[in-house]
Amino acid sequence: MKRFIGFITKEFYHIFRDTRSLFILFGMPIAQVMLFGFAITNEINNVNIAVLDKSKDATTQEIINKITASTYFSNKQFITNEAEIESAFKKGNIKAVLVFEKDFSEKLIKENKATVQIITDATDPNTANTVNNYVSSILQKYQQETNKNIKPIYQIVPQSRMIYNPELKSVFMFVPGVMTIILMLVSAMMTSISITREKELGTMEILLVSPIKPFQVIIGKVVPYIFLSIINAIVIVLLSIFIFKMPVQGSLFLLAAQSILFIINALSLGILISTISETQQTAMMVSLMGLMLPVILLSGFIFPISSMPVPLQIISHVIPAKWFIIILKGIMLKGVGITILWKETLILVAMTVFFIVLSIKKYKIRLE
Amino acid sequence: MSILIKHISKSFKDVTALKDISFNVNEGELFGLIGPDGAGKTTLFRILTTLLIADEGTAFVANYDVVKNYKDIRNHVGYMPGRFSLYQDLTVEENLTFFATIFGTTIEENYDLIKDIYVQIEPFKNRRAGDLSGGMKQKLALSCALIHKPKVLFLDEPTTGVDPVSRKEFWEMLKRLQQKGITILVSTPYMDEAALCDRIALIQDGQILQIDTPKEIVKHYPKTIYDIAASNMYELILSLNEYQYNHSVYPFGEFVHYTDKRDDFNPEDLLKFLKNKGLKNIIIQLTKATIEDTFMELAR
Amino acid sequence: MKQKNVIQVKNLTKKFGDFTAVNNITFEVKQGEIFGFLGANGAGKTTAMKMLIGISKPTSGEANVADFDVFTNPEDIKKNIGYMSQKFALYDDLTVKENITFFGGIYGLSKSIIKQKSEVLINELGLQEVANELVGSLPLGWKQKIAFSVALLHNPKVVFLDEPTGGVDPITRRQFWEMIYKNAHNGTTIFVTTHYMDEAEYCDRVSIMVDGKIEALDTPKNLKKQFNVENMNDVFLKLARG
Repeated sequence: MKRFIGFITKEFYHIFRDTRSLFILFGMPIAQVMLFGFAITNEINNVNIAVLDKSKDATTQEIINKITASTYFSNKQFITNEAEIESAFKKGNIKAVLVFEKDFSEKLIKENKATVQIITDATDPNTANTVNNYVSSILQKYQQETNKNIKPIYQIVPQSRMIYNPELKSVFMFVPGVMTIILMLVSAMMTSISITREKELGTMEILLVSPIKPFQVIIGKVVPYIFLSIINAIVIVLLSIFIFKMPVQGSLFLLAAQSILFIINALSLGILISTISETQQTAMMVSLMGLMLPVILLSGFIFPISSMPVPLQIISHVIPAKWFIIILKGIMLKGVGITILWKETLILVAMTVFFIVLSIKKYKIRLE
Repeated sequence: MSILIKHISKSFKDVTALKDISFNVNEGELFGLIGPDGAGKTTLFRILTTLLIADEGTAFVANYDVVKNYKDIRNHVGYMPGRFSLYQDLTVEENLTFFATIFGTTIEENYDLIKDIYVQIEPFKNRRAGDLSGGMKQKLALSCALIHKPKVLFLDEPTTGVDPVSRKEFWEMLKRLQQKGITILVSTPYMDEAALCDRIALIQDGQILQIDTPKEIVKHYPKTIYDIAASNMYELILSLNEYQYNHSVYPFGEFVHYTDKRDDFNPEDLLKFLKNKGLKNIIIQLTKATIEDTFMELAR
Repeated sequence: MKQKNVIQVKNLTKKFGDFTAVNNITFEVKQGEIFGFLGANGAGKTTAMKMLIGISKPTSGEANVADFDVFTNPEDIKKNIGYMSQKFALYDDLTVKENITFFGGIYGLSKSIIKQKSEVLINELGLQEVANELVGSLPLGWKQKIAFSVALLHNPKVVFLDEPTGGVDPITRRQFWEMIYKNAHNGTTIFVTTHYMDEAEYCDRVSIMVDGKIEALDTPKNLKKQFNVENMNDVFLKLARG
């Protein structure tokens, strides 16, 4: 036991003396949460649009006012003919063009029908979609208001209600993702680097030729990072509660337990990486390419899994981060408990056991 | 018998690192493994310190089998790998304390063993190992390898990259450790260090060329060696290489070491030959063989 | 035979803050000379060499290398010197030929010259069979010989060698020294920095640096006589231990 404590003490010396790793450990979580929370967002705000109004009558004027009065859009320019649409887009700062057909009011009154064409710049499909939806809903609202007094024959009025994140705050979506990334990074990358560093320095040789047992070396490497990862998880949750006013609906205890489970999962992955890499550089590359990219791209953190091609959907199943994000969203946003999340939890437990067994099997008591 | 090596062979993919190596090291002996880089020294050390398993053969260290009893060996040997494997970001004292703890001991317990060495670096005990000079790192690494009072000490090229002063001090330390009853196996690419060992094994390309005391090894050199010098070194070498009776021509510092094929070689003949070649200030004198001469003769 | 000085150093000093790494050194090296530049770790030899090869600016003093001033023409110096160190010499993951082509290219040799030179080099060293193999797979001694030849590709006036033969087997090591003798004989100046005293024995003249100063400068023979010892190692020990 004394050996083991001595080993852990040494690990903490390493961590606290390396400013670079300290920065990754504590600077990055805060920076990432802030970045995702403030800068990167799915909401649209002050999107520039252009208008081609061929009828220029009271109705079109009123609709344009309604649209530009919202904080979502600002009218950047008026276009006089169709040929200018293309060049307006190409100049770049216009995301959408509204085209009102000729004699808009007249048609609306006479034929009960008039068309507004919404042309959006789909180089950024997300924004294009959102712009489209927002404009449509403003138009619909306008229609309902003007038709208030007329009794329609019948009408289906869709009434949508967003739940769990009623304000559609994207930060609520990002917090679980960021937390997953950071726990993955700190736990897997840092442990794999710290083990391969000993190989690179040659100190691993001395450790092997000493009475300290290989599993003590491994556990000794892991324990400090469990502590640090837990601190990180707490920091992220506190940040999201106090700065982004994100509620944690479910049990804090369950949240903590699940986080520890995921941390252990990531740590065992880190050990696995260290058994196959000889240098710190490889360990870092493998961690970044093999863990970070899938976590960002395939976990459902940014891109919804359901809209991925089937092969990618299948791959996403083996990514622990995917399950952890589901669990996190469940606890934090929906407030559900283990009775609902037992399946995801079980998958994570199984994965963790698998990684631990594999890394113990792969860990060498000799050099080859 | 402290180290017993029987018919050890080891290959890595298509490279044969060791070919049928056998030798013994007696208890309390200072044994040198002398050979250039790539001769297989490190591989042999790793087999003996249980880090690698030989393809063929058996080896015993302190009466323990290196494969079956690897755990016992790990308790009883000290090992200093080729690079000074220390934690650069830990201080001198922290490094030593760490290695003491993982061997289940304390600095105080075995202080008498490392005292001689450690007092030299103690003034810097709060300095990070990474900031030490090569000589001091070497002393710290040795202290760490000794902290658990090992029966056998393995030192893999401890003097590589260290200046002559530190090298000399290091060998003096080894001599003192030997007197305390520790068996030492040390490897080095420097032929001049061979003379400091009790016995040496010359090794090249994974094969042992010869094993004996340094004195016996040079005694058995089969030829008479002459030191030859002239005012132009390059032309001297060219001329000697042209001389039809030459057996070997090796530059050796300010001289060339020359041996002749004939048993009844008369230096006067060679002097005449060299003079005819236009060389000036020619010196031809008898000299004694060194370990390096023997090594080259055996490696030919 | 009066030969001109290829390296001329006068009162050269380099300070890092309060620390004087190189303290007022003066020496010259003649054309075709093999000059040993010795010193313990941290004695200042690396710092001094960096100034001579134009990658570090001296604090004060004068130095000329291959007729160029280290203060005003460091770039011209780089074109006229070769450099080889034991730590890095060639790219292990390139073949022998690729290494030659690459280093020839760095020094601005034309394609046809590189081709011609690499053929000569490969034939001289007897490398025909391994010319297309990765350098990493070759024995250390071979690498060192190739590296030395590569450092000479552009016919530099001076070649700087940093511990060129440490750890190399004794026979290859002598072949290496024969190459050095040959090139020195043909007029290339050889500047060897090392702390292996047996390498020092091969030099025409050696200087020994202790704590930033040159404490001794002469032929190995004279130094041994002066200190009344048998080899350069003991000369060094006497000097460094005071």
